[in-house]
Amino acid sequence: MSLAHIVKTFTLWEFVKAHWLTLKYFFRPKATINYPFEKNPLSPRFRGEHALRRYPNGEERCIACKLCEAICPAQAITIEAEPRDDGSRRTTRYDIDMTKCIYCGFCQEACPVDAIVEGPNFEYSTETREELIYDKSKLLANGDRWERALAANLAADAPYR
Amino acid sequence: MTDFFARYMSYDLGWFLATIIGILLIALPLMLAVAMIIYADRKIWAAMALRRGPNVVGPFGLLQSFADGLKVFLKETIIPSSANRGLFLIAPILTFTVTLIAWAVIPFGPGMVLANINVGLLYILAVSSLGVYGVILAGWASNSKYPFYSAIRAAAQMVSYEVSIGFVLISVVLYADSFNLSAIIGAQRGHVLGFFNAFGLNPLLFPMAVVFLISSMAETARTPFDLTEAESELVAGYQTEYSSMSFALFWLGEYGNVLLMCALNAVLFWGGWLPPVDWAPLYVIPGIFWFFGKILFFFFVFSWVKATVPRYRYDQLMRLGWKIFLPLSLFWVFLVSGWLMLTRYGVGS
Repeated sequence: MSLAHIVKTFTLWEFVKAHWLTLKYFFRPKATINYPFEKNPLSPRFRGEHALRRYPNGEERCIACKLCEAICPAQAITIEAEPRDDGSRRTTRYDIDMTKCIYCGFCQEACPVDAIVEGPNFEYSTETREELIYDKSKLLANGDRWERALAANLAADAPYR
Repeated sequence: MTDFFARYMSYDLGWFLATIIGILLIALPLMLAVAMIIYADRKIWAAMALRRGPNVVGPFGLLQSFADGLKVFLKETIIPSSANRGLFLIAPILTFTVTLIAWAVIPFGPGMVLANINVGLLYILAVSSLGVYGVILAGWASNSKYPFYSAIRAAAQMVSYEVSIGFVLISVVLYADSFNLSAIIGAQRGHVLGFFNAFGLNPLLFPMAVVFLISSMAETARTPFDLTEAESELVAGYQTEYSSMSFALFWLGEYGNVLLMCALNAVLFWGGWLPPVDWAPLYVIPGIFWFFGKILFFFFVFSWVKATVPRYRYDQLMRLGWKIFLPLSLFWVFLVSGWLMLTRYGVGS
């Protein structure tokens, strides 16, 4: 044991150094954001809560091709479809089980008409499990609520697709 | 205060009333202080980890502890079916009570002490040793393995560190020539170079001040020594089976103990209610402010250490207690008493 080691041990040198370091950190700006009041920016590719979009004239985009249902690796999507009165093919049922969904984004990649998309919203926790089984009306309502953000995100990401 | 009441009634009744009021004057602000100190602890810890800490309830999150307290009040007290009901409920009450009664002998200012007994330090030692009973009872009465391990650890840990604390206190008592806490503070007036009001700045006593600071962290089971509630090993230690108010009482008792140890550090080594230096204008500020300032400073040190040092392993804890602190403090008792014999009592001449 060298003399320097003994002196360091008895003056608790390592402890003093460590405490000096933490004291410097004490006065630094915080690394965390003030979450519910401040939020970090999100990428246009962020994959959050799902939404079914409409065309600007109000017609729903989904044509019930069921590609999303086919590609969904978690089998979270259930679709039933029938021809509508005017002869166009539309879904009668479009359910997403959000508790099964793994947010891979394959559904929006598969969609030929940009109908099903994953939006920027990630704050949709619920008190019951049942509320997380989304049906068509909930997904369309999401689409209506988030349309501006969804359209902007799609436009921002379009050059890379 | 006794004289004031004795003017209107018999002396006994006056004494009784004055004592009750004195107890309330200590206990209620102490509870408030504990609530605020829990908040401060979380804030300091958060700041050193570059986090924000509680900042939503009230301005700057100042009311966080009260919100937590209210939540805890509204919960159900769950008693495990295999627990020993009586002891299970007595344990937190014991911990809490012991923490409160130790404050009776702490002098907050000149003459501001509830019980100015001449063996105050002995009383503190006795009462703080009782504190471990709450933990042992809780661990045993829970009838669950993790609390039981925790209780055994707590017993061994507190016994180990009380030994060295005892020797540290002896060196202080030798210097101060008294067990009375007010007299110990008085003896520190101008102790170093006739100017600094602190035993801790005496080169002979400074190492003991450090040993006492570290031992007091071990005694209150604060972070480098929090093996009694090491959450990675023992869930929550002896508090595992507790909920609601019984849990809150442990929590209050624990932080009350931390404050008590901060106060003891201030009283024994850093001049209690005296200003840091013996300079007349500083005495204009009432002693109680100096005392609270010192308590808060030591609490900051406690939190600072908690944020910096990782938890010791159990064998390291025992080695520090028995193989380093005990020989060191024992040797220091000889050193201090030898030095005092030589200088104060003139045996060498």
